[in-house]
Amino acid sequence: MSLILLIEQVLNGLQLGVMLFLMAAGLTLVFGVMGLINLAHGSLYMIGAFAAAAVAGATGSFLLALVAALAAAAAAGAIVELVVIRRLYDRDHLDQVLATFALILIFSEGTRYIFGSFPLYLSIPDYLSGPVSLPGGIQYPLYRLTLIGIGLAVAVGLFLLISRTRLGVQIRAGEADREMVAALGVDISKLYTIVFALGAALAGLAGALVGTIQSVQVGMGEPVLILAFVVIVIGGIGSIKGALIGALLVGLTDTLGGVLLPELFKLFMDASSASSTGSALASMLIYLLMAAVLFWKPKGLFGGAA
Amino acid sequence: MKTRLLCAAATALALTTPAFADGHADPVRVGMITTLSGGGAGLGIDVRDGFMLAIEQSGAENVEVIIEDDQRRPDLAVQLSDRMIQAEDVDVMTGIIWSNLAMAVVPSAVNQGVFYLSPNAGPSQLAGRGCHENYFNVAWQNDNLHEAAGAHANAAGYSNTFILAPNYPAGQDALTGFKRLYEGELAGELFTELGATDYAAEIAQIRASGADSVFFFLPGGMGISFLKQYADSGVDLPVVGPAFSFDQGILQAVGDAALGVVNTSQWNKDIENETNAAFVESFEEAYGRLPSLYASQGFDTANLLLSALEVADPADADAFREALRAADFSSTRGDFSFNTNHHPVQDIYVREVIQEGDVFTNRIIGTALSDHGDVYAAECEM
Repeated sequence: MSLILLIEQVLNGLQLGVMLFLMAAGLTLVFGVMGLINLAHGSLYMIGAFAAAAVAGATGSFLLALVAALAAAAAAGAIVELVVIRRLYDRDHLDQVLATFALILIFSEGTRYIFGSFPLYLSIPDYLSGPVSLPGGIQYPLYRLTLIGIGLAVAVGLFLLISRTRLGVQIRAGEADREMVAALGVDISKLYTIVFALGAALAGLAGALVGTIQSVQVGMGEPVLILAFVVIVIGGIGSIKGALIGALLVGLTDTLGGVLLPELFKLFMDASSASSTGSALASMLIYLLMAAVLFWKPKGLFGGAA
Repeated sequence: MKTRLLCAAATALALTTPAFADGHADPVRVGMITTLSGGGAGLGIDVRDGFMLAIEQSGAENVEVIIEDDQRRPDLAVQLSDRMIQAEDVDVMTGIIWSNLAMAVVPSAVNQGVFYLSPNAGPSQLAGRGCHENYFNVAWQNDNLHEAAGAHANAAGYSNTFILAPNYPAGQDALTGFKRLYEGELAGELFTELGATDYAAEIAQIRASGADSVFFFLPGGMGISFLKQYADSGVDLPVVGPAFSFDQGILQAVGDAALGVVNTSQWNKDIENETNAAFVESFEEAYGRLPSLYASQGFDTANLLLSALEVADPADADAFREALRAADFSSTRGDFSFNTNHHPVQDIYVREVIQEGDVFTNRIIGTALSDHGDVYAAECEM
């Protein structure tokens, strides 16, 4: 295995990681601030991708498509919060899981009803397509580099939002003690709607960005949702910093494990069975990572001390 | 789309209600279990639409079709099949898309005396030792298109191919099928996670491997993701694959990235024969889209059934089986006959993805294998 290949795989892992972060950030905020398990987060990812594909198809503009993805997912998130989620804050987690699972089914069949059963077309705009040469002679797709950039920019933006703005103070306060925040005159229900819509918009952005290089189809959100849950468990529920570190860890483990394990097995097995055993084991790696982190830190890497 | 779905639902409902039976003595009851919702719904919808088009065109009044959605769940498919056989008293079953569902349903159905005509799934288990006199496959044995891809790689002069497929039974069969006829070296062999959508790591390995070509079997959304990412990666090796990543339903989602890619198929819309021309035209008129290979398989399955019904009644199982085995219908594929294990003997073509106006589609550029059967027939005793 050459160094160039290894660096390229590290970049791939980073790219997967920052996209997972966009998903996990919303999930962890909603869980941290409102104590709500939202299984329908993957549906918001799907809504973002479908909105982007529809707008890109109609206008041909990738930027407009991204704006549409943000807007559609945020709007869907706000509506869902107002109509359904609001009634679930006081219920136990089982009720929340049941209700948000129902939302997955409703969103999936609703999307199929509107867009049909066949995958939609959404592709990289010309100005971002093709590979670029990095120092060291590495050829790497420009679009994936852009994804890493956007993901890191969003991460910085979220840190600033949480640590430097009034909304951020309210979010942190809401996480710590919601009764006290309400008593101090903050409109807690409006705050919840905003946080939920913000998380939804991030998921929608991830859906549009990733859908561009993958396939835009019904049910695309659920596999990502599972990874996002792994991320927030590793990072510590409610922590944005934890979500970022967890997402990068999961992205790198998943990508590098999938490449290195079959190579390792080839040292003492024939190529065909090394490949199938290695890839089978590699798909378990992130769960092993999660188990190891939980064994060492039961609250996750950056989980609260409580 | 909405109205058509409603009509289909209404038809399905009407057909399940005995009161709507058309009064003829003992209509033949056909149970279709296929995937109409969830990620793989496009395939099932195409099979259903192709099948129903043939039934409508025949004007046959003594055929009742009961359509159910398996949601791609083996457990649900088994429930539906039990109900169809025990409560609805079906004579013939068809429709299943996925090999794992076929393995769950077909053996028990044929052992209860029902005829099963597969419009898609062709697992090796049902072609070899597990073959059954009441089981007919009208599409292909799973390995066939991959074998054709291997034969094409030889013909194209590839000598160092990189091969990849998802890590599940059909993926392992795909690589085995490719290697059966391929004579060159392998630059690499990869199993990817089933359902994976990011192929950056695999593409980097292809780039580093020094391969001269790539063979991949990644059906549905996996193939869309792979082709888009491959086209964007700057790796410029020729790609060959089976038709499953290049069918009419998903080509539009892949777009430019698929242009010029070579794939193998037993059917294409430009196969020259009257049946095929009429099928393509009437399908487009009825449903407003081009047919896929799955639609052609559904259409052929229905026509095989209708041809056998003209000769014999399913109640006379031996005569009906003989009538099916004769395959006396005009297939959209041209020549079509059954091997000793009731799987097709047919030509498999090499196609190329082209653009016609706004629409991405395929055209035939050669024949990979002529009158091709499958290797499992030798193990089949019936």
